[in-house]
Amino acid sequence: MVQTEISSKAAPVVFQDVSKVFGEGVVAVDNINFTVEAGRLVTLLGPSGCGKTTTLRMIAGLERVTSGRIRIGDTDVTTLPATDRDVAMVFQSYALFPHMTVLENVSYGLGFSGFPKSEIRGRARTGLDLVGLKGFDDRLPSELSGGQQQRVAVARALVLEPQVLLFDEPLSNLDAKLRRQVREDIRAIQRDLGLTVVYVTHDQEEALAVSDQIVVMRNAAIAQIGSPRELYDSPVDSFVADFIGEANLLPCEVVAIDGEIAEISVDSYRYRLASRGLPKGPAKLAVRPARIVLDEDDGFDATVAKATYVGVRMEYTLDTSFGSIFAVQDDVTHTLETGSSVKVGFKPTGPVLIPET
Amino acid sequence: MRRVNPAAEAHPALVFWIAAGWVGYLLLPWYGIEDGFFRFEWLIDGYPFDEEYAPAVFLIAQGEKLWLAPLLLPLAAPLFVVRSRKTDPEFATVLTIAGALGFAWLIAQGFGIGIRGFNFSWLTALFGDLGDRQFGMGYGALILASSFLFLFTQGIAARGAINGDVFVVSAIGGVIVIVATFVFFPIGRTFLAAFITDTGGYSLAVFASKFFDDRLWGLGCLWGARCGAAWNSLFLAIIVGATTTSLGLSFALVVSRSGFRFKRGLRMLTVLPIITPPFVIGLALILLFGLSGTVTVLFAEVFGTQPTRWLYGLPGVLIAQTLAYTPIAFLVLIGVVEGVSPSMEEAAQTLRANTWQTFRTVSLPLMRPGLANAFLLGFIESMADFGNPLVLGGNFDVLSTEIFFAIVGAQYDQGRAAVLAMVLLFFTLSAFYVQRMWLGRKGYTTVTGKGDAGVHPLMPRRLAVPVMVVAGIWGAFTVTVYGMIVYGSFVELWGVRNTLTLKHYITAFSIRFNEHGLHWSGSAWDSFWTTIQIAAVAAPLTAAVGLITAYLLTRQTFAGKNAFEFGTMLSFAIPGTVIGVSYILAFNVPPIEITGTGIILVVSFIFRNMPVGVRAGIASMSQLDKSLDESSLTLGANSWQTFRRVILPLLRPAILAALVFSFVRAMTAISAVIFLVSAEYDMATSYIIGRVENNDYGLAIAYSTTLIFVMLAAVALLNRLVGRIQIGRRAHFATGA
Repeated sequence: MVQTEISSKAAPVVFQDVSKVFGEGVVAVDNINFTVEAGRLVTLLGPSGCGKTTTLRMIAGLERVTSGRIRIGDTDVTTLPATDRDVAMVFQSYALFPHMTVLENVSYGLGFSGFPKSEIRGRARTGLDLVGLKGFDDRLPSELSGGQQQRVAVARALVLEPQVLLFDEPLSNLDAKLRRQVREDIRAIQRDLGLTVVYVTHDQEEALAVSDQIVVMRNAAIAQIGSPRELYDSPVDSFVADFIGEANLLPCEVVAIDGEIAEISVDSYRYRLASRGLPKGPAKLAVRPARIVLDEDDGFDATVAKATYVGVRMEYTLDTSFGSIFAVQDDVTHTLETGSSVKVGFKPTGPVLIPET
Repeated sequence: MRRVNPAAEAHPALVFWIAAGWVGYLLLPWYGIEDGFFRFEWLIDGYPFDEEYAPAVFLIAQGEKLWLAPLLLPLAAPLFVVRSRKTDPEFATVLTIAGALGFAWLIAQGFGIGIRGFNFSWLTALFGDLGDRQFGMGYGALILASSFLFLFTQGIAARGAINGDVFVVSAIGGVIVIVATFVFFPIGRTFLAAFITDTGGYSLAVFASKFFDDRLWGLGCLWGARCGAAWNSLFLAIIVGATTTSLGLSFALVVSRSGFRFKRGLRMLTVLPIITPPFVIGLALILLFGLSGTVTVLFAEVFGTQPTRWLYGLPGVLIAQTLAYTPIAFLVLIGVVEGVSPSMEEAAQTLRANTWQTFRTVSLPLMRPGLANAFLLGFIESMADFGNPLVLGGNFDVLSTEIFFAIVGAQYDQGRAAVLAMVLLFFTLSAFYVQRMWLGRKGYTTVTGKGDAGVHPLMPRRLAVPVMVVAGIWGAFTVTVYGMIVYGSFVELWGVRNTLTLKHYITAFSIRFNEHGLHWSGSAWDSFWTTIQIAAVAAPLTAAVGLITAYLLTRQTFAGKNAFEFGTMLSFAIPGTVIGVSYILAFNVPPIEITGTGIILVVSFIFRNMPVGVRAGIASMSQLDKSLDESSLTLGANSWQTFRRVILPLLRPAILAALVFSFVRAMTAISAVIFLVSAEYDMATSYIIGRVENNDYGLAIAYSTTLIFVMLAAVALLNRLVGRIQIGRRAHFATGA
């Protein structure tokens, strides 16, 4: 048998002012712009109904763009149907053909892509090898476990060497234990072959773990684009701050601006951080639960409303003058009693001002 | 676990069935009352001493029917364990043995002794001439039989079968016994009847001579003569199956995969086969293409040709059956065509298949079960169809009509009817088997429930054009035919006096007031009310048997479940004609003697329509999560209470559907009914066929039109009721989900 290699023809994807309107004025995607660079894994992240799946289906050619342009590589694909685009998609339900064996499933696309008959078998086998399903050729999809079915779906898409590979919530039908494994496998294959991947999920942890870049979507529009770290450390608004990781959103007052640095006060507590172009006056502050320091000398007053031991850390709910906040502490030996008063401060890095009104 | 009082606590079900057994033995007339099952003159007419009305115990006391005496033993035995514990091994053993022995003895004496004494010559040889005889079972025997059956099932349950669940074991036992009695026993009887000689013995030669009859297997049509009925039926059924399947597929594709605007109108098609008595299409065709039909006359005038009788024979039957059964194929295929998960087709497209390739390699193969089902249905319906071949067949003999003429015609040849029925059954069962084989082990279920957004792609163009044309033409034809039915009912004498009149309706449905009050003077009222009555009695029973069977199939696991399912679904593959013949052969003589009564009609409807109830029940029960039952069980209800309080209320839509469906089917059925009607119990359909045979087309068509509208009303009522209930349910579940 001729050993065939599966390589990649990775190409960038460009969205230009793309909108999608369903039926009578239901706007699913509202004028979005972004670029997926070749060979990178970009995640479309957002709550359900935010338009992320529609966006993915527009790349695949399964939905027609209402206005705007989509380019894959050098080609303007805006009006091309799915059949004629050089993309492949892994469906949420896997969409394996139940009447075909595993090998027939993986060979399916190759037959229509102009590969010579002699090569199809070899390529399909290589694809199955790549996802670790050697020897499953003659099984039917119904005879495979959920994880195996998913890998067949990945192999079926991979062997076409598409310019862009699309994943629609690939982990949602797997059980929790498998998810970490599979997402690492997907990331490894993407890195090894240098594929351009667009990946849809509603799970922020999954997005942070696999992505080069994340496009956070909300109400049919893009809320923020950035690397996982950028999104986590400097969210542009309270939606992103809360959706990526957890964040306490506190009211604060910018009391002084000194170049790039702002001085803020929370109750009587003073703290300095990047101003992000905010003027003086009331503002909003996002603080991760882990970036909160308890019982230092400096801080604002709070009482412990709830203290929970979860093994690796302590979780506290604190009542303050402006509402309750949530904090986690690594110190599990010296714990705080419910009802005790504490001073709440912030770690040197962590809190960010949210540039919105 | 609930506390079970270890001390002697009599089990209510046990007490009930023991008491019932004694009542049946001591108080109720043992033999069937000739006046009818629901007549009670016997109470004042010599009961309990008159031999005809006496309970078993009085018979024995008078020294008659002594073979009933041994029944006392198994009847008395359970009394000794009434107060013992369920876990007591004695309890189970006594009940099992008493129930089994009692039931077995009942059956043995029922079959062993008939209206001419011993039924088997070896019994006479062994015991000498009996000098006595007995008739069919009556109330007493029936109740005692049930008592023994349920004592037996309680015994088995006590031994630990199905976790000792009395309700489930009893339900299984009950269903097995009635299916055996009313499906397998008559079929078996018919099979035997094929071998019976004139003298009452059995002989293979008799069977062979009837089986290898030229009228059955002749191939004369290959050289211009006539072919045998078997070949005719087979040939016709295959063409009808194939034609209805492809037409049904065309309609389904138009509805689900085209931009066609009037999909709702097409969906109306699905109602047609349910509400149309099968032979009505044949009547309409005669109005169009018969010797004095509109089209024939027009054609003759325009082209100056002689009108011919081309319609009578294969062409007419073929067209009529295709018209009648295409909607059934559509009904089957629309579900399957829409059930193909859109993401399958989308996946194929992202894998670079174009729309035609997608359709050919993915959509069409995934519709295979639907295609097979539709073909099978068309095949079986065509095989079993009785009305259309009778109306349009001419010299084209098919099995179903041949069976009818073998048993009601001048030839009166039970053996021949039995042989023909067996051939017919062989064909339908083979089709059933071939279908299973063809589908094989491959999976076709595509609906995974999760993440199946998306819409079906439109048909590829090279498919869309022919499909739309075919569907359009056939749709127009169907509309014309149904229009003819309504119009024809108002025409005085088709082709002769084409004036419009209400005459036929008046003849059939006139009402007069006289000194005695309302008088239903129309000629159709008798059969109309009988039909409504029988259908109304049969419907709830059908639904009950169907739903209990569905409950057992979806909710319980037990040994032999597959055979159980096969047995209950078998009557679906048995053509009505076969059921009709075998009921006549089996239930004309003791122990079950019900021919000529309304009961036999009701029973035949129950078992003809039961598969529909079972399917409906299974469909909706598999949507109710099993945890509902389990939570009810852990809250202390037993399985009967769970069924009644949890499952049944949630199944209301399915129950209603099964009710209306079996009601309507009972009104339109003809193939089995034609054998089973009697002067007293004439059904609408057989009355209409009678009118047709007398060339009284006007009345026949007027009556059919009335039936169609009555049933349309029933179906519309159902739609309203079910629709409302479903909305209520959805709102109810929204909070729980």
